[in-house]
Amino acid sequence: MANTEALLGLVEKLRGENAAWVSDVREALGEVTVFVPGDSISAVCEYLKHSEGFDLLADICGADLGPEEDPRFEVNYHLFSTIHFNRLRLKVLLSEDAPNVRTVTNVWKTADWHERETFDMFGVVFEGHPDLRRILLPSDFDGHALRKDYPLRGYEPYSMN
Amino acid sequence: MSSVVDNIPGQFEVLDQSLETEMTLSMGPQHPSTHGVLRLDLRLDGELVIKAIPDIGYLHTGMEKLFEYKKYQQGIVITDRMDYLNPLGNNLAYVMAAEKLLQIEIPERAQVIRVLFCELQRIASHMVWLGTSALDLGAMSIFFFCFKEREKILNLIEAASGGRMTPSYFRIGGLMMDLPAGFDRRCKQFSDNFADALNTFETLATGNTIWQSRTQGVGVISREDAIDWGLTGPCLRGSGVELDIRRHNPYTGYETYDFDIPTEPDGDVWGRFRVRMRELYESHKIVRQALERLKPGPIKADAPKVVLPDRDDMRKHMDSLIHHFLIVAEGFNIPAGEVYMPIEGSKGELGVYMKSDGSSKPSRVHVRGPSFINLSALPAMSEGEMIADVVAIIGSLDIVLGEIDR
Repeated sequence: MANTEALLGLVEKLRGENAAWVSDVREALGEVTVFVPGDSISAVCEYLKHSEGFDLLADICGADLGPEEDPRFEVNYHLFSTIHFNRLRLKVLLSEDAPNVRTVTNVWKTADWHERETFDMFGVVFEGHPDLRRILLPSDFDGHALRKDYPLRGYEPYSMN
Repeated sequence: MSSVVDNIPGQFEVLDQSLETEMTLSMGPQHPSTHGVLRLDLRLDGELVIKAIPDIGYLHTGMEKLFEYKKYQQGIVITDRMDYLNPLGNNLAYVMAAEKLLQIEIPERAQVIRVLFCELQRIASHMVWLGTSALDLGAMSIFFFCFKEREKILNLIEAASGGRMTPSYFRIGGLMMDLPAGFDRRCKQFSDNFADALNTFETLATGNTIWQSRTQGVGVISREDAIDWGLTGPCLRGSGVELDIRRHNPYTGYETYDFDIPTEPDGDVWGRFRVRMRELYESHKIVRQALERLKPGPIKADAPKVVLPDRDDMRKHMDSLIHHFLIVAEGFNIPAGEVYMPIEGSKGELGVYMKSDGSSKPSRVHVRGPSFINLSALPAMSEGEMIADVVAIIGSLDIVLGEIDR
């Protein structure tokens, strides 16, 4: 988290590797966020894991910016290194019409449940995920609960029948 | 029914070859060894586990949704109910995320008290883990010794905050209130007696040959796999990776405390058990250091628009009264931005991702629960083991379903 200089240098290196990988960079409160296009997230993660030592995927979480926004959804990847202990956030922005992003389960096994949770809560589809189904909510649940337009108390009382 | 009874063999024999029949066993969600409402879909060949599929969500209460409808200070109460064995750790991760967005400095005394309570809570959480995981393997007496020590810690937490399981003691900008008179004496009394309790645990568990043979070589996960599965905390250190957020991304002044990071190379149930046992000594060490550092001083940050004023101030100063009213009635706004705040919870990396849109309610709060991620590695650890060992492996993961399902 410290050491933002080194992380910004790393982002330049990432740009040098493939200019299409980085669409934007932001640095705030000591945290560096790299905006990555949805179709190259898997390649970026692969590179960061094997060449830059970001070997531990700490977290994947979705966020809904609201139904009136475009791009509406974002998926945040929090990377961590057990070697140099730096943290990096990758962010993928997705539109409501095509909330599709490449899976990173081929890079980290731990991405499996994270992606299932994000799919369950936001309806983001992770292309290439081996077993993309709901994880916390029941399989016949209607809608995606963490979307902003989903009401707090749901559409109707849920029944197990 | 009668055909089953007729099939009981006259003499039991141990089968070491495959039965070549597959059976599906639904273990849970009310099974006592699944530590809550976890259901495991086990595909068995005799007693061998071919495939284990965890089924979670029975305790899902939509906490992440609820955060978005509550003011920042109201969210602290929700965090108590996630990992209910480590509520102060959850409080800390949540309030530190908000404090980072607000960019406020916490006074020294509040920091020391936070460290003190987090370590007490870690001991209490490990006590529940040791007691219940030993109970799962049939070692009953150690459970009572563990809960005796936990009870003392819960009494300390109750004395300071008024709540035993749901303290909500850490607030954005400091603490709910200062420690009660005589707290350090009571805490020191606990700390002095805890060394004896640790000896009892070592005798009852570590030295027990049945315990050793039930845990050694069971549920092995290699160093590389542990990182790949995203394990953190004692589960990762039990596979030989020296990683502790308190040391490597320090917060609340942990960098100034003297403690070691225990690791074990084997990656089995025994390794994770030894790591947690050794962590108890380290937490005990930090508790003693924090007690020595307790000096009088303010416990709330100097941020009148965020921190509730003292009762006495409200009687004397009009502006304090106005601030109090505004904070309670409307809440306070947090500048737009996003943070990911990781801390070392009792079970691993407890991260809170908080996104603010500038209003008095968060736009998104996500909790990276260590139990959730650690449980996802259960199939990798338990496939190919005996069904009785699955119980030992679940115990060694130290899961809390309140945090997994949220």
